[in-house]
Amino acid sequence: MNKNNQKITIQNLILHYSDGTESLQDISLDIPAHAITVIFGPAGGGKSSLLRVLNRLNDLVDVVKLEGEVYLDDLDVLSPKTDVIALRRRVGMVFARPVVLPMSIQENITYGLEIAGIKDDQRLEDSLEKAALWEEVKDRLDDPAVTLSGGQQQRLCLARVLALEPEVILLDEPTSGLDPISTGKVEESLQALKEDYTIVLVPHSVQQAARTADYAAFFLQGKLIEYAPGNLLFTNPQDQRTQDYVEGRFG
Amino acid sequence: MTNGPRATLDRKMQERLDSILVLGSMVEQAITGSVRALKDRDLNAAQEIYDNDRAINNKRYEIEEQTLSIVATQQPMARDLRILSSVLDIAGELERMGDYAKGIARITIRLGKEAPLKALHRIPKMADLTADMLHRAVGSFVELDEETARAIPDEDDKVDELYNALYREILDIMFEDRSTVDRATFHLWVSHNLERAADRVTNICERTVFTVTGNHIEFDRSDDESGEF
Repeated sequence: MNKNNQKITIQNLILHYSDGTESLQDISLDIPAHAITVIFGPAGGGKSSLLRVLNRLNDLVDVVKLEGEVYLDDLDVLSPKTDVIALRRRVGMVFARPVVLPMSIQENITYGLEIAGIKDDQRLEDSLEKAALWEEVKDRLDDPAVTLSGGQQQRLCLARVLALEPEVILLDEPTSGLDPISTGKVEESLQALKEDYTIVLVPHSVQQAARTADYAAFFLQGKLIEYAPGNLLFTNPQDQRTQDYVEGRFG
Repeated sequence: MTNGPRATLDRKMQERLDSILVLGSMVEQAITGSVRALKDRDLNAAQEIYDNDRAINNKRYEIEEQTLSIVATQQPMARDLRILSSVLDIAGELERMGDYAKGIARITIRLGKEAPLKALHRIPKMADLTADMLHRAVGSFVELDEETARAIPDEDDKVDELYNALYREILDIMFEDRSTVDRATFHLWVSHNLERAADRVTNICERTVFTVTGNHIEFDRSDDESGEF
């Protein structure tokens, strides 16, 4: 991997929760720009913890130990001096279940922009276009967002993130509740978006990991077991544990 | 293979490997049978082998269809995927080897009851070596036995030596007695078919190494397809 192309650099990251349920053990990982990096593995492996570290959502939970370094370009993500709000504007996140605001479709996009003090009417259409939702909602922008289907709501959440023009998009099982068609649309959106963004995806299945990954990192019980280009990791994994997992021998 | 969450995939994969064993056995019998028919001038047996090539082809297509079905329905990965990709490839190699046996049977039919050449004695030896290599190569694939797969291609040298010796001998026969040219050429074709079949055994061994290790390798060979005529 080309070092100059790294967007996020993680060095010797250690994370323990107060209840000890999940942790990250000495994780070092470089995440390249303009690619989809997939973080996958069985439940409890540390995938979501890692995502939440990247935009400091872990500040909201009880962490007893957090060591190591995480850099977004030259920004020290874990430094207490880091402006977390500014960081989260650069590193957006989409969750497993779509969380639309109890507002109209349009307001779901413009609300964040208003809070950020951004006046740019074009961003509404642009973000919905990028999330592959514009054609489906352009004639009903004033309808309540909750009237959209699950797949549309999830793409609205993606559009809401995109409207703030982040540099990195984190997605935590964004299609776990979606039908195959909606899943396909979200995955296609990600393929187009990676041209302009750095995408870190926790997939909802090994198959989705294989379909989408430019790079794939296999996590097991808090450890990074193997990290490789997706086309290699899913056809010729080097670690027996990775092979057993992707072949469905445990999970 | 395990029970548990992937019992269906394991069962279907085992069935495909069993099918490769069956196809390998069909081709092995076709090769030895075609040369035996040539040696014995048994035209009925030759015709049977010629006709039976259709069954070999059908078996190959059956394996291909069922393997694609596993890929589509089970989404295999890693070594599973390499096994299935190799099943497709090896089924193709075996089917082509069956074509070589069919070609030998056709030559036997064309030769009819003409007297054999004295150089013929090397041909059954070539066939036996090739069939034996084939048998073990298919076995090593099914067992994912990399060590055996790496050892077999060296034996191809023996087949090549027999082929080269036979080639020179047949040329000598042609020079000595021009009336033998037709028969001698047919025998040359037979030996060439066997030599090509042995080369395809090496291909199978290469696929086995790929299946086990994920790395493509190419065993050294004294000739290649460009030598085909």
